[in-house]
Amino acid sequence: MLILTCPYCGVDAEETELAPGGEAHLKRFGPGASDEEFRDYLFARENPKGVHFERWRHAHGCGKWFHAARCTMTLEVFGTYPAQTTKPPKAIREAITAKRPGWTWREFE
Amino acid sequence: MKRYSAFAVAREALSYHTGWGRAWRAPEPKPRYDVIIVGAGGHGLATAYYLGKNFGITNVAVLEKGWLGGGNTGRNTTIIRSNYLQDPSAAIYEKSRALYENLSQDLNYNVMFSPRGVIMLAQTEHEVRGYRRTAHANALQGVTTEWISPARVKELVPIINLDGPRYPVLGGLWQARGGTARHDAVAWGYARACSAMGMDIIQQCEVTGVRREGGKVMGVDTTRGAIDCDKLGIVVAGHSGVLADMAGFRLPIESVALQALVSEPIKPCMDVVVMANTVHGYMSQSDKGEMVIGGGADGYNNYTQRGSFHHVEETVRALIETFPMISRLKMLRQWGGIVDMTGDRSPILSKTPVEGVFINCGWGTGGFKAIPGSGWGMAELIAKGHSPLTDAFSLDRFKEGRFIDESVAAGVAH
Repeated sequence: MLILTCPYCGVDAEETELAPGGEAHLKRFGPGASDEEFRDYLFARENPKGVHFERWRHAHGCGKWFHAARCTMTLEVFGTYPAQTTKPPKAIREAITAKRPGWTWREFE
Repeated sequence: MKRYSAFAVAREALSYHTGWGRAWRAPEPKPRYDVIIVGAGGHGLATAYYLGKNFGITNVAVLEKGWLGGGNTGRNTTIIRSNYLQDPSAAIYEKSRALYENLSQDLNYNVMFSPRGVIMLAQTEHEVRGYRRTAHANALQGVTTEWISPARVKELVPIINLDGPRYPVLGGLWQARGGTARHDAVAWGYARACSAMGMDIIQQCEVTGVRREGGKVMGVDTTRGAIDCDKLGIVVAGHSGVLADMAGFRLPIESVALQALVSEPIKPCMDVVVMANTVHGYMSQSDKGEMVIGGGADGYNNYTQRGSFHHVEETVRALIETFPMISRLKMLRQWGGIVDMTGDRSPILSKTPVEGVFINCGWGTGGFKAIPGSGWGMAELIAKGHSPLTDAFSLDRFKEGRFIDESVAAGVAH
């Protein structure tokens, strides 16, 4: 069972207490964007086999949205961090590098 | 290939059944093929089979990283139906259901197709409206389905509890020609027929790279060496994103775990397939007497082939309210498979940005029923560049906003 630590209230929440919110750090495209940009914003996903960044909501707890860094191949959790950011903080990226040297994801902002 | 028949059984009995050969060959990869299919599951093997049967293309290899039919083909709950809402879906799923009817004769391999009928229960007012609409749509599409009353549901499924407090049965969508088949046999039957046409099925051969030159595919790198090809078909379900990444394009796909479980065998008690989409559980009884139960999918990306326990609990809790007699059944096994979900819950059968690469994926939680139709359409797509069965399912639809929306009215469960 997946257990994530809510970075706001500090609770170790298991997944029945959480709501998954899909891929993190999507760049929003709106009116005036090209068809390709809008398609990618809505539908194209990294879907990696390995390191992944996701949005989660502590739905049956403090109610806050946050981010989690996770491995989709082993279900290992590298860490969680607040939602108000467009890329994972340095500490999280270093924690991943320590366990998965050479990992890649799409470009961060 | 030795033809299977009652006469063959009698003939082989004379030599104490020591004369049966292998059902398919295990060849070494050749340096080059006209077409390479990645993925020896049902969809990949069916694609290869119809390439040979319908288009005479037999210089084909089917590459499989594990063993034949060991992915979702061997993990699903074997339900076959075609009562979808949208016209393109009805066309490909009904083609598939129709092909299942004669598949055993066509392949000379018993796939144990059992058209026992499928009921989709309506347990909320919204589902009642949704299924009535689907029944009307199916009538226009030429798919035989029928809206039935709770009394008729009870007649077809005596073990059902119609007036549970949370999930009362308000009616159902009944497809009498839907049913089940033996999932492994479908893969084995296609594999045997492909091998007999001279195609190479190469197991334990994982694709590690897609070689391209000037935007065109040249071949693949595998754990058993490089193999050249003119055309490449990627038919790998949950790992589609990984293969697309090798070929240099992205997909509108997310891979999640879907679970199923099976009970201890009991005497025959239910001779139809019952699906309850509100609670996301579905159940049928296998020929061995086990109750085969399908559950819900996890909400997050996962490649581990095991899902979360609480989804199993939700499914079982709801099914026990609908079928009180299963409450004391012991469960024998539980497993998960990685399903490839698209935004509109419809599959992708399409050309790709790389010339010569074709992709068949996105069947999500309901691919088994579609194996013959998907293979039929995909073979035509690879051979001729387009197919009336697959044109609507192209990758372009996500850019053009031409969705085939099956996520609400018909296609949630499988």
